[in-house]
Amino acid sequence: MELIQQLVNGISLGSIYALIALGYTMVYGIVRLINFAHGDVFMIGSFVGFYAVTSFHVGFFPALLLAMVSCAILGVCIERIAYKPLRNATRIAVLITAIGVSLLIEYGTIYLRGAQPEAYPSTVLPDKKIEVLGVTVNSQSLLILGVSIVLMILLQFIVHKTKIGKAMRAVSHDAEAARLMGINVDNTISATFAIGSALAGAAGVIFGIYYTKIDPLMGIIPGLKAFVAAVLGGIGIIPGAMVGGLMLGVIESLVSGLGYSLWRDGVAFIILILILIFRPAGLFGKNVREKV
Amino acid sequence: MLKVESIDVFYGNIQALKGVSLEVKNGEIVTLIGANGAGKSTLLKTISGLLKPKQGDILYEGTSIAGKAAQTIVKQGISHVPEGRRIFANMTVEENLELGAFLRKDKQEIQQDFEKVYHLFPRLYERRKQLAGTLSGGEQQMLAIGRSLMARPRLLLLDEPSMGLAPLLVKTIFRIIEEINSFGTTILLVEQNAHMALSVADRAYVIESGRVVLSGTAQELNASEQVKKAYLGGH
Ligand SMILES: Nc1ncnc2c1ncn2[C@@H]1O[C@H](COP(=O)(O)OP(=O)(O)OP(=O)(O)O)[C@@H](O)[C@H]1O
Ligand SMILES: [Mg+2]
Repeated sequence: MELIQQLVNGISLGSIYALIALGYTMVYGIVRLINFAHGDVFMIGSFVGFYAVTSFHVGFFPALLLAMVSCAILGVCIERIAYKPLRNATRIAVLITAIGVSLLIEYGTIYLRGAQPEAYPSTVLPDKKIEVLGVTVNSQSLLILGVSIVLMILLQFIVHKTKIGKAMRAVSHDAEAARLMGINVDNTISATFAIGSALAGAAGVIFGIYYTKIDPLMGIIPGLKAFVAAVLGGIGIIPGAMVGGLMLGVIESLVSGLGYSLWRDGVAFIILILILIFRPAGLFGKNVREKV
Repeated sequence: MLKVESIDVFYGNIQALKGVSLEVKNGEIVTLIGANGAGKSTLLKTISGLLKPKQGDILYEGTSIAGKAAQTIVKQGISHVPEGRRIFANMTVEENLELGAFLRKDKQEIQQDFEKVYHLFPRLYERRKQLAGTLSGGEQQMLAIGRSLMARPRLLLLDEPSMGLAPLLVKTIFRIIEEINSFGTTILLVEQNAHMALSVADRAYVIESGRVVLSGTAQELNASEQVKKAYLGGH
């Protein structure tokens, strides 16, 4: 039973990784850039949710929505200001810029509000123990899982059924051909940043409720792990990010469940190294990208 | 309909087009022939807004489109089938066609155009739910042409549609090009297969290292010694 408990924890944690990983993978898919500021967008989302609940006394869903919208705007600003001027620059220049943006957001936040952590008001979601087939699960975990699943389904719908989603897929496959269809590539890239960042914002709020403590540097480790999850699933592949995130969460929880909790963080990076050695394109990736 | 007026186009410091001028009149099939690296694709990309000319002008229906955004040019009725097809391999045939109509809002007429394209290319209809990447080379070329027709172009730019296709398929593609033209779409056709291109074209231009070196009616160029020697393999 302990094992199933850990499994449930792992899936909840994994769904948070998955939400962040989606942003990494979507942005990589469309501009071939690892947006290292993505973990910090997650952190901002967490704080927006925190202030919405504590200062404006809104409920969980309005706070979630507010965090998502704020992060979408932040993501678009980051793209337009920092990355767009570098679209034809070398990859290393863009990478260094991404790290710069990340530090700017982290220390900008510390400058504005200080480095002290906050206790997330977890009362915004009902916290009950529920017995399911002899396993006690926390009602919060279930809600968190539910919200994550709904967001991922929504994303799949946007990407596959809407015009902007089809434009995103077209641009990520071949930007020049997409321009010949009349697709505005710049706007499509911005939309991708907006959607990816909104998901990170949602993950931030969910993370806060789940782990109850947030601080301006909280985005670093989940950001790195979500990056590992994206690579695990195959960077640029949306279902890969979802599965990669869930797998990573479950593996971490099982490792701590087996009594090796000190190894929890290390495991993610061992997985990264193994993936890069044995299957660099990720679980869902074709090992050779077809180029016609 | 389209007038290219002595344009210069550069890739960085490399000049790919040197004072190229060319005209396409309403209803014509005009072909542009030339060897590898002559600048044919560069010219089409400049017309469709992927590249900007440094000098010169491009007039479409009397107004300048030089340096305009690709989407503006598509909207005005110029559609470009790029070299190497460039279909969206990870999407279905149907989605590729939908993307061709990206800027259009007239749902019913889009539906009619789907039917027209499927009528022109019954193979695409059979494979409409299939991923475009799984199509054969010939089918991919049909998809690329069908996709561009979904924009309802008045001027269609075709870049080497016969490239890499078996002789029988080349014939089919050229028959379809004539058919599209007969419905009233003007065509600017880039080809290395000069023989086939001249057989369907009204007029032709020959381009060599970024310059137009010869132009005339298709018959004239077919009879020209220079063209025979360089592009028609001597027969
Ligand atoms: N992206 C690019 N960067 C730099 N130079 C380029 C680029 N694309 C084309 N060129 C150069 O411009 C010249 C014209 O190329 P272009 O592709 O227009 O030729 P083409 O006539 O279409 O040839 P092909 O028949 O092989 O398709 C060539 O010398 C080519 O090397
Ligand atoms: Mg070419």
